Amino acid sequence: MSGPGSSYDPKEAVALSADSLDTARVDGVRAFAAASDLDELKAARAAHLGDRSPIGLANREIGTLPPEARKQAGQRINEVRTALQEAYAAREAELEAARDAHVLVAERVDVSLPSDEGRPRGARHPLTLIQEQVSDVFLGWGWEIAEGPEVEAEWFNFDALNIPAEHPARAEQDTLYVAPAGSGVVLRTQTSPVQIRSLLTRELPVYIACPGRVFRADTTDATHLPVFSQVEGLVVDEGITMAHLKGTLDALARAMFGPAVVTRLRPSYFPFVEPGAEVDYRCYVCDGAGRVGEDRCPTCKGEGWIEWGGCGMVAPAVLRACGIEPVEDGGRWSGFAFGMGLERTVMARHGVADIRDLIEGDVRLTLALGGDA
Amino acid sequence: MRVPLSWLTEVLPGLDAHAPEEIAHRLTAAGLAVEGIDRVGAGIRGPLITGRVVSFDEEPQKNGKTIRWCRVDVGEAEPRGIVCGAANFGPGDVVAVALPGAVLPGGFAIAARKTYGHTSDGMICSLRELDLGDDHSGIWVLPPDTAIGADVLAMIGDVVLDVAVPADRGYALSIRGLAREAATAFRLPFRDPADVALPSIAGRGGHPVRIEDPGCTRYVARVVGGLDLGAQTPFALKQRLTLAGMRPISLAVDVTNLVLLGLGQPLHAFDRDKVQGPIVVRRARAGERLRTLDDVDRTLHEEDLVITDDSGPIALAGVMGGASTEITAGTSAVLVESARFDPVSVARTVARHNLGSEAARRFERGVDDALAPYAAEVAVRMLVELGGATPEDAGTDVDARPARPTLVLPLAAPARKAGRDYDPAVVRARLEDVGAIVTGEDPLHVEPPSWRPDLTGEAELTEEVIRLEGYDTLPSVLPRAVPGRGLTRGQRARRRIGAALADAGYVEAVIPPWVPLDAFDRLGLAAGDDRRNATRIENPLSDDESLLRTTLLPGLLTALARNVGRGLSDVGLYECGLVFRPGADPLPAAPPVGVARRPDDLELKALDAALPRQPWRVAVVLAGQWRRPGWMGTDRPVSWSDAVDAARLVARPLRVHLDAVADDHAPWHPGRCAALRVGGRDEGVLVGHAGELHPRVCAAFDLPPRTCAMEVELDLLLATAPPSLPRAPLVSRQPPVLRDIALVVGSDVPAAEVEAALRDGAGPLLEGLVLFDRYEGVQIGEGKVSLAYRLTFRAADRTLTDDDANAARDAAAAAASARTGASVRR
Repeated sequence: MSGPGSSYDPKEAVALSADSLDTARVDGVRAFAAASDLDELKAARAAHLGDRSPIGLANREIGTLPPEARKQAGQRINEVRTALQEAYAAREAELEAARDAHVLVAERVDVSLPSDEGRPRGARHPLTLIQEQVSDVFLGWGWEIAEGPEVEAEWFNFDALNIPAEHPARAEQDTLYVAPAGSGVVLRTQTSPVQIRSLLTRELPVYIACPGRVFRADTTDATHLPVFSQVEGLVVDEGITMAHLKGTLDALARAMFGPAVVTRLRPSYFPFVEPGAEVDYRCYVCDGAGRVGEDRCPTCKGEGWIEWGGCGMVAPAVLRACGIEPVEDGGRWSGFAFGMGLERTVMARHGVADIRDLIEGDVRLTLALGGDA
Repeated sequence: MRVPLSWLTEVLPGLDAHAPEEIAHRLTAAGLAVEGIDRVGAGIRGPLITGRVVSFDEEPQKNGKTIRWCRVDVGEAEPRGIVCGAANFGPGDVVAVALPGAVLPGGFAIAARKTYGHTSDGMICSLRELDLGDDHSGIWVLPPDTAIGADVLAMIGDVVLDVAVPADRGYALSIRGLAREAATAFRLPFRDPADVALPSIAGRGGHPVRIEDPGCTRYVARVVGGLDLGAQTPFALKQRLTLAGMRPISLAVDVTNLVLLGLGQPLHAFDRDKVQGPIVVRRARAGERLRTLDDVDRTLHEEDLVITDDSGPIALAGVMGGASTEITAGTSAVLVESARFDPVSVARTVARHNLGSEAARRFERGVDDALAPYAAEVAVRMLVELGGATPEDAGTDVDARPARPTLVLPLAAPARKAGRDYDPAVVRARLEDVGAIVTGEDPLHVEPPSWRPDLTGEAELTEEVIRLEGYDTLPSVLPRAVPGRGLTRGQRARRRIGAALADAGYVEAVIPPWVPLDAFDRLGLAAGDDRRNATRIENPLSDDESLLRTTLLPGLLTALARNVGRGLSDVGLYECGLVFRPGADPLPAAPPVGVARRPDDLELKALDAALPRQPWRVAVVLAGQWRRPGWMGTDRPVSWSDAVDAARLVARPLRVHLDAVADDHAPWHPGRCAALRVGGRDEGVLVGHAGELHPRVCAAFDLPPRTCAMEVELDLLLATAPPSLPRAPLVSRQPPVLRDIALVVGSDVPAAEVEAALRDGAGPLLEGLVLFDRYEGVQIGEGKVSLAYRLTFRAADRTLTDDDANAARDAAAAAASARTGASVRR
């Protein structure tokens, strides 16, 4: 057999005839159509599109043609090859669909089966989650999160906060003291000592939030724990007013309880703030309607408002103890502080009836509430 | 303070035009939170009237009781017949009778009914049955001059407000103080009930009084004689005392208590005939004793302020009187003490003797220092009027009050603090509402009223203006914070650690930080273990809450046992929190540090030195099935390795590699405990432990066998964490080449050492290796273990040949062989 480029021999070019090519096309299309599965189709492909197929042989013959005839012959071969390839692809698609209809359907599984391998799920505690949520609100405002020790010197927990040793406010706190008597050390009764530590160590102005656990000698019952969580906020800057306190509490309430929630301040007394106030937020369930009788709002217990925490303008005595000159003394600085418990918010949000459920470590409660981001 | 509204209204006429709820609301808005509104007699319906017992017959019953069959005149034509079980009354006594049709508190309906052989036509009531007190010792006998057939409810009905008085407003612990606040809140004219005309008592030889200590700044002594021994406190005044929460005792004592409640001035009544010689106010002397009115014999402290006579101490000043001068039924001459004592001194005495009183509560919060002579005069007048007594002309008033400075208030101060403007006239008027005398233009000169010792500076005066103008008038403005730096590395790490453990199937627990006294025994800690050095609480709520945790494990194990006990057997818990490590040596006490200025660094250091170390720790405990039986068949119980892996989950966000090294450390199983080290298996920093718990510890905590636990100190992890950001690896696009290798080593050789040798030997072409099989058995001999590894090789710049990979594998094997005695298994 001559290779490409050998001299022209018309007898050898019979495979390139129009009839031969047409026959090759018709045979191939018929064979592809006749293939009953993908294996037969693959064999038919070798027979009709492979190197030894009529079309493959014809292609080899092109070289035997005179140069002027090669182009035309090539075109004819390509037309046939394209037709065969199309026929093959069409049949292949048909046969694959048929196979999928049988085989993959046979591989069907029950997707409603449990998807896990039997590994129990975990969860974070709702108190941790709310602490993070509140912290994120402050972080979004540009504040920082400050922390401090839970066992704390009385100086930080009381003295520096304008609660002298014999002040009734100190006795009212139900403090847990660290032995021996006279150690001057307590389990912090509030997160406020973190404010003092922050004012002593941070550069002014200060914008911080202090989440953490605090302790009281309170007997445990359905609504009281001797250990609970608080978050406090502290701002000391130039020109800070009680209007800023109100604005901050309103913004925090909106972030925590929804866009329609507002706060109200009631005068109260905390030695470390002057003026001092208690802050309530309007019930986000009944919108302040409260209601009585059977209609009574279960979240605010019909009050329309929910007690939230204490707040006020930082007392000048507190700033003095931290070496900061308050406006009252002719200085530049004033500030506000506020604090609220987190357990009651968790209870109100999720309808937890007994506060003890939050500290028992029963996984059913945490799994039910811990998925809420 | 419990406030009968009838009393408040008597002092502030016009207040009765407002509903109790409105009064409560306005007082609360003024900072005096009303925490309850009690309606006295609210549970009573229908006819409850006064009646006089005409006569009765006593009739013993078979059940051992004796009943009285009474004829009671209730103002009708005929007396009613009523059966009564009590015996504390006689013919002629006036009693409260609930007639048929009446309903008593608790829904107790009264009807004419047959009992003990009679038809009882009503019921004679006790105070408790009417919800007027706890006295159920007998029926309630009313004063003999009470009208018959009168509506009892009209006599006793009242509304009592329960007011929470803040610690800085002692004056509001009185009807006088609350009436003044209510007058301001409702804009009613206020007439001070203490404003009585004082007789001239000075210089006429009253009872001699000497103040020898600055703890007493005023002492008024007044004497009345000829007290009618039979005089009783009128029913209405007794009722007032009762509703306010005090017990009626005798006329003289009741009068002092009525003045205390009414005006806020604590008084003490001495039996004048028992007072020997001059009254001297001084500190107690060593060894002095006093039997107080509560019948306790007390050893006095040298700092206790006492009232003395020639016999020694006769009262604890401002706290409680003494038994030797007590008013008794035979007292006819009364010495009324109306004084002012130092709040701190009283507070210390209260704390020292654990002895509170209504008087002490007021002195601790500061009593109006101008009030003493007026309160004494009011008491004297009541004793004259109610007890037929005669006042002695002479009285004593020792006045040692320090001068009170005038305060200065810039007119702009309230606006500057509030963030809104106040009219100058408003600022002035509000200060005058409080009772201050205001002069000057700007700044204002303010003389605070004597009943407001808490008003000591600009901030306090400013608060009064803002408070009385209303917090609801404040604008709401968000301050513009300076830009912050976000979370600290430790804060960020704790969040990610919590999320990682929760994702791995652990449930977070938030557990109180105290542990019971036997917790360390149950953990099996040795006698000298540093974890036994726990911070102790001086006044714990219970024995189980008396020590602070030095490790998170006892609380977590207890919570785990609680879950298991409730049928939740496949549980892993984690906690992230502080532990308290005071160390073996006793900590120094925190030194006293002033607050007038910033403490210096030495003082701050001394304060911190008094505190235990309080590092953050994280721990997990787990029991039962790691994977439960399921359709995939992949179930297995929890294992020591899960605990070790939990530690690695914790270390991962900090990019810290933990080496697990065999250790014997309580409370873990001595053969299944890993010490967790950072920076090398031998010399690395110990950051915690993980593994299976000791069987005895499982038993001690009621936990299933093979419970596992892990605890690491986050502060140590943070300290050992690489500070810089990690460098990106060169990500090769070349194909990997895999080689498997099985090594036989002694079973006491840690797999981690074999792995380390393989890594070192394989060189830089090694991308990773995995232990895919571990086998112990006869085929490889006693005391041996086969470890099969799959090594992945890859070069940065070329496709590796078989020879490259084989050479690296052989080098790895050679290193393992040299360092661990491993032989390649064919």
